[in-house]
Amino acid sequence: MKMTRLAATLAATMVVAGPNLADTLHFPSLSYRTGPFAAGGIPFADGYSDYLTLINERDGGIGGVPIRQTECETAYNTERGVECYQSIRNDNPLVLQPLSTGITYQLIPRTMEDGIPMHTMGYGRTSAVNGEVFNWTFNYPANYWDGASVIINYLLDENDGSLDGKKIALLYHNSAYGREPIPTLTRLGETHGYELVTIGVDSPGQEQGSQWLQIRRERPDYVVMWGWGVMNPTAIQEAANIRFPMENFIGVWWSGSQQDVRPVGAGAHGYKALAMHGTGRDYPIYDDMQRYVIDAGKYAGTGDEVGTVLYSRGMYAAMLAVEAAKKAQEIHGVAAITPAMMRDGMANLEITEELMVELGLPNFGPAFSVACENHGGSGAAMIQQWDAEAGEWNLITDWISPDRDLIMEMAMEDSLAYAAENNISPACLN
Amino acid sequence: MPDTLLFALEASLNGLTAGVMYALVALGFVLIFKASGIFNFAQGVMALFAALTLVGFQSGQIPFSHLINAMFGTRLHHFGWNMPTMLAIPATVLVMIALAILVERFILKHLVNQEPIILFMATIGLAYFLEGVGDIMWGAEVKALDVGLPKGMSSAVDEATFNWFGYGFYIDRLEIWAAGIAAVLVAVLTVFSQYTKQGRALRAVADDHQAALSVGISLRFIWVLTWSIAGIVALVAGIMWGSKSGVQFSLSLIALKALPVLILGGFTSIPGAIVGGLIIGVGEKLFDFFMNPIIGGATENWFAYMLALVFLLFRPQGLFGERIIERV
Repeated sequence: MKMTRLAATLAATMVVAGPNLADTLHFPSLSYRTGPFAAGGIPFADGYSDYLTLINERDGGIGGVPIRQTECETAYNTERGVECYQSIRNDNPLVLQPLSTGITYQLIPRTMEDGIPMHTMGYGRTSAVNGEVFNWTFNYPANYWDGASVIINYLLDENDGSLDGKKIALLYHNSAYGREPIPTLTRLGETHGYELVTIGVDSPGQEQGSQWLQIRRERPDYVVMWGWGVMNPTAIQEAANIRFPMENFIGVWWSGSQQDVRPVGAGAHGYKALAMHGTGRDYPIYDDMQRYVIDAGKYAGTGDEVGTVLYSRGMYAAMLAVEAAKKAQEIHGVAAITPAMMRDGMANLEITEELMVELGLPNFGPAFSVACENHGGSGAAMIQQWDAEAGEWNLITDWISPDRDLIMEMAMEDSLAYAAENNISPACLN
Repeated sequence: MPDTLLFALEASLNGLTAGVMYALVALGFVLIFKASGIFNFAQGVMALFAALTLVGFQSGQIPFSHLINAMFGTRLHHFGWNMPTMLAIPATVLVMIALAILVERFILKHLVNQEPIILFMATIGLAYFLEGVGDIMWGAEVKALDVGLPKGMSSAVDEATFNWFGYGFYIDRLEIWAAGIAAVLVAVLTVFSQYTKQGRALRAVADDHQAALSVGISLRFIWVLTWSIAGIVALVAGIMWGSKSGVQFSLSLIALKALPVLILGGFTSIPGAIVGGLIIGVGEKLFDFFMNPIIGGATENWFAYMLALVFLLFRPQGLFGERIIERV
């Protein structure tokens, strides 16, 4: 009896002492810290969480309203991702970041129906750039088709403007994610005259013997990789094994983190990958991050991934979410915004280099603005190259723009087909 | 020789070496199934756990450091020294033996005379438990594993085949070493089971555990012995696969590669695991080689199961499995 009374008193105390959930801004994180893809999911989730913690600790939240973080484990599994969504959809989630193309495809119709914005930064359904069809989905600052086009533009630059007669092999994760760049690379091949060879790798991708024998037989000039998880280091190791010139091997931004090259050691030297943002700790924001989050012991995870590629990406995603929330507060004149207001903030987001400098992230990401006709930002990316001896990624180009005319044309075709299939009348919400 | 034939020959050779890698994983399953009738679902996770422990010892990582840091606010990560591989491997073997003792003490001992399905379910639980413990103990980041085994293209094979055919074959030196190590492993296991007292006891339990008990063989000791040997085999598999693609949590999924090998070779035969591995390896590489231009590749995951299914139709006990005799 005594115990029951004690428990009741404790529960009542917690309710009284705890924050009023209605007076917080809920930023959920659909993370994966377990399962075969955990090595990539953990640093992203840590970066996302640490930035939000920084905003709470340093600024007292956004517009004076504290941020409430929740995390739901998806294990990079689509069904679990949908379950996570069901568990948080009634808790005023301001923006969803599913961190999985498979989960994104499942959540697009659900979030449309529930009126919850979703941000799929560098992944998900590419044609979501068309905001007239995908009112609630945003994929700025770049998408897969941008990535494919940026790689081709980089290779054009490397080959004096012509890829005529060249052979490019696409090594892709055999999933919705991995197959995304195929239409773009095919169309660009017709324009620029290169031959495209597509080679699929079954998930998770730790056995690629056949694929690299094929690459050895086909003798492509370049190999482009759309991989994730263990597929990446295995592919880089196999490329080193067959002595494929590493400078002709380029991965998408999900194949360009420390986790992908470190296990290969010296063999990975010279490997290239797309970068949609800067990396490393040479940004002023890390002074504040160190002071308010790391030294204060409030960091997520272990704190030893700070500044790595995927940590930086998580931090960048959180920064864009916070800026969209500020924009929403500005548009609607209220601090306690709703998911619908957050959507308006995302749809009118403007990121300038001045703002990036102000945030302590100079030249970290591209300047871009979002509009109903373009939910995808600028699509620009840089190329980075791995220095195995120094153990660091070096940016070797400035921002490279994609062939946006072609991408928007393809996105329109795909999105309008989606609209027709799902009885959606394309129109802007604001 | 026509190019297609040369390429097919190269694919077959690579299939043989890949098959040995699959067989290494399958061996662990066979050992436990043969001695105790348990299909050990945790064998893949044991390979992962062994590899994680080996890398942890090599790099001087403090086990459970993340947990300790979270509880006490410390910043512990490494002891500050690296353990030589020759010392780290025996240390890992000791950990795997300790794990075998714990498995016997806390799981198997309590499930004596239970249905095989109950024991199988227990190993599923063990797999999830071990995966979680491995994560907490050593962290989830990808780790490079280097025990000094050579990697990359074998120049000797490349040059020799180039001189013969005008086309140099690619074979990974790591997989050549894996073949040698697997051969030594099978030889040692055969000698152990045929010529040592413990080996004979192990075979006696495998044949009829009640008869073995009646002549004074300790079932508990045999179980610890079997799980220890399976742990050591898991360590060998973990080293070979970890050297290939780094030590990370998808390493546990290599168990999925062993299942078709077991169906094909039989659950109770060590030579069956080797031959099954070789057939699966060559089969999937040749299928990929000939069918890739037509169906676009990515066939390795399902083809092995399809091949095993065909064998299952004609020989349900596998190529080398014990004949199923049902008495009416």
